[in-house]
Amino acid sequence: MNPSMASYLPILYFAIMAAIIPVAGLAAMSLLRPSKPTPTKLAPYECGVASPTEAFDHRFSVRYYLIAVLFVVFDVETIFLFPWAVMYHRLKLFGLVEMLVFLAILVVGYVYAWRRGALSWA
Amino acid sequence: MTAPFFFWFFAAIVVFGAVGVVAMRQPVHSALFLLLSFFGVAALFITLNAEFLAAVQVLVYAGGIMVLFLFTIMLVNIRRTAGQPYVHRQAGAALLVAFFLLAVVGGTIVASSRTSGLADAPADPAKLSTTTISRMMTETVDGKTVKTPVTEQVAGNSQAVAWGLYRDYLLPFEVASVFLLVAMIGAVVLGKRTMEHVD
Repeated sequence: MNPSMASYLPILYFAIMAAIIPVAGLAAMSLLRPSKPTPTKLAPYECGVASPTEAFDHRFSVRYYLIAVLFVVFDVETIFLFPWAVMYHRLKLFGLVEMLVFLAILVVGYVYAWRRGALSWA
Repeated sequence: MTAPFFFWFFAAIVVFGAVGVVAMRQPVHSALFLLLSFFGVAALFITLNAEFLAAVQVLVYAGGIMVLFLFTIMLVNIRRTAGQPYVHRQAGAALLVAFFLLAVVGGTIVASSRTSGLADAPADPAKLSTTTISRMMTETVDGKTVKTPVTEQVAGNSQAVAWGLYRDYLLPFEVASVFLLVAMIGAVVLGKRTMEHVD
């Protein structure tokens, strides 16, 4: 294993622990608890939600999707900024102009979304 | 030889996730398998020393794209898909397309491993995370301006990506911003119109 891969070993340990703990918890409970199931006990339960199958009964507003698309667009934009910032000292003015053009094009969309009221919920 | 082991391990996870996406009856389960596949691809990037691409894979695909998939599942009425037959009636056409895709990808791998020795490439994955920068260095020697080409090595995947993206692929990078703009405006136009119809 090369050294840079070895630095990811903590993530591997973390993943193993994350897999073990819930499995161990469920296994311990099934060994220790008394088993007297009733239909009420087996029903899905979530705090404050009346119907456990609400997600299947209602379609969600398209507003959520609009917000999600805008999130992805600005997410990608931010990711483009990161390598640019890392190499800024070598890209110099060329890189700055390049990034300003990139951002200017996206600001057009941002202003459009803002003025159409896509950023407000109501 | 640990690197091939990690490759096959994570490649198996990617394929397992991809099979799960098409095999599950519930769209939400498909989405979760897709998430597993995305994380497998991120791990493959790390085995190639491409840390930046791995981070992008997790942030954009496992974060952003996954949210889009889940919202799409929530937007459509899932009951309509729940009772559908397991094999779609377009299965024949899909098999044909998949076969040709496999032939093209497989043929490319076989052809390139014969000619350029692709199979040997991962032997030194550190090379993939360094890039050679060549630029003109301007000096003033004896009152005259002399330009000499300079090459230097830059370490780190983020730096390598940055140099490729912002110097060699300038136009595609700027076109990407137009793509993002189209996605944003398209979402606003379609989303707002639908909302006005509903409200």
